[in-house]
Amino acid sequence: MAVNTQSARKRNLLTFKWSAWLGWQMESNWADPFLFMTYSIAKPIAGSLILVVMYSIIAALGGGTQVGMFHYMYVSNAFFMYVGQVLFGVAQIVHDDREHFQTMRYIYISPSSYFSYMIGRSVSKLVITTFAVVITLAFGVFMLNIPLEIFAVNWLLFLVIMLIGILCIMAFGLALAGVSFLTAKHQGGMNEGIAGLFYLFCGVVFPVSILPAWGMAFAKILPITYWLELVRRTLDLGVGMDSTLAAASTPYCLAILCLSTLVFSVLAVAIFKVGDTVARKKGLIDMTTAY
Amino acid sequence: MKDLNRTFTTKAVRGKSKKEIVKALNDVNLTINEGELFGLLGPNGAGKTTLIKILCTLLLPTSGEAKVLGHDVQKETNAIRQKINMVSGGETSGYGLLTVRENIWLFSQLYGIPSKEANRRIDMLMKELKLEHKKNSKVRTLSTGLRQKANMVRGFMTDPALIFLDEPTLGLDVNASRLIRDFIKKWMREKPGRTVLLTTHYMVEADELCDRVAIINDGKVLACDTPANLKRLIHQDAVLKLEIKQVQDFSAFENIPGVRNCTHEQCIATGTTRLKFILDDESAVADIVAAVPKSGSRILSVQKTEPTLEDVFVTLVGRGLTNHEV
Repeated sequence: MAVNTQSARKRNLLTFKWSAWLGWQMESNWADPFLFMTYSIAKPIAGSLILVVMYSIIAALGGGTQVGMFHYMYVSNAFFMYVGQVLFGVAQIVHDDREHFQTMRYIYISPSSYFSYMIGRSVSKLVITTFAVVITLAFGVFMLNIPLEIFAVNWLLFLVIMLIGILCIMAFGLALAGVSFLTAKHQGGMNEGIAGLFYLFCGVVFPVSILPAWGMAFAKILPITYWLELVRRTLDLGVGMDSTLAAASTPYCLAILCLSTLVFSVLAVAIFKVGDTVARKKGLIDMTTAY
Repeated sequence: MKDLNRTFTTKAVRGKSKKEIVKALNDVNLTINEGELFGLLGPNGAGKTTLIKILCTLLLPTSGEAKVLGHDVQKETNAIRQKINMVSGGETSGYGLLTVRENIWLFSQLYGIPSKEANRRIDMLMKELKLEHKKNSKVRTLSTGLRQKANMVRGFMTDPALIFLDEPTLGLDVNASRLIRDFIKKWMREKPGRTVLLTTHYMVEADELCDRVAIINDGKVLACDTPANLKRLIHQDAVLKLEIKQVQDFSAFENIPGVRNCTHEQCIATGTTRLKFILDDESAVADIVAAVPKSGSRILSVQKTEPTLEDVFVTLVGRGLTNHEV
């Protein structure tokens, strides 16, 4: 027998574990630990400062400041990092493995599931993004007077919201990875475009309520809108700035988030599988285009 | 493989080219036996890699049937993937930030090989392929030859029942190529039942390694047999060339049974005579060699030329591997 005869489930767990390790190595192994740590702290802080500048300019142009709006922007942007990093990062794995490292063909023909491998790889993105979000929030609390009352937060609810939200973001990432199987040239633009769409319509830099009616309707079908609203409510930051979901209760928003996550997860798995099959049919699994 | 076909549709470029359907494999029928080192010989674009991609489940055929170790390539991919592996030449695969050992070890985990066993196999293969001294080097620092050796370790580390080697010595120097060829031969000898499908456009490599060879061109299998039988296909004359100490009397070389024709050439500068015999019967060689002392000379060198796989290829395909018409 060529390989160990362990069950597929056990092998997929091993694949998940070691692809997560690989992801971590690739995210962190490019510099010595001190430089990596410095970069990991400096990057989110720099991102926070950009927000401060943006807000100051908007406030100056608008003729005054609105502290609640800054909290809204700050928290939404901090958590939007998950969308930018995890969604973009997961979809980018296909491109990197296929074109840059040229390892995809060897991973693909191994008895492990490529799907498990992708999930494992995305975990490292998640860990690094979580660290960046924590740094951003800490910087906001200690340096920018963001009034986060740590002991007043319902952490259990927050955890549930985070788990569902991240699952939803990973599902979007996997769907994009499925599409990435079929394209090399448009992959980067597609990932950035989708992330940009969420940035624009999900209430990240401005409330959904200032969008035109069709924009608001579109925002209401995106699970990220509900996820960010729930995060703001749980942390009690920037609440009341957006009237769109003001009338919706937290359990209602949570139910919508769960349902839409479920729908998008099923869709994502289907898109991933279809992308995989079509790529195998067209001979794109190991294409190198040098785009 | 039964009536295996694979077509690709090329994209149209406005004003430059039209959409085209390319037949990469055209009704391929082949059977590779267990325990065989089977070669696919053909020029670039012949369909060798396409065939390998289908067999190792990277690509679906357009029509026809292909089975690997008894499993259908379209429906039983999981069963196939547990038993196979692949090594491609001329590429720079690997995670550059990881060490050679880490890279290979990672792949062992995708095959579910216990860590201790994986490490044992990696050490053994690295030693055999003379890669030990680089095991803790980052992959990005390796030369092409060393990367290919690491790629070989990755492929053989899973101890596959069937391994696909797609031009494994492409771009390697003479020593590295020889090491890899010797390794493949040894690996086959070690355990009966191991099977190798090798693609190459190096005729000597196919001749040296393969039990049987299929010559493929434009997606079609033109011939499939042992290298010796393939050479017999073209009925090329056997030629014996002798270089002897200079003689003037050639009567000893006349009327030797089995010799169709004999020509000679004097080389005054070196004081030698070059004789060329075209043989009808190869048993005449002994009589020719015996005739040399009778003529009062002695042999300085002997060379017997036989048809090569390249001659077979040129005869079957109508051109050489470098795409020049003959």
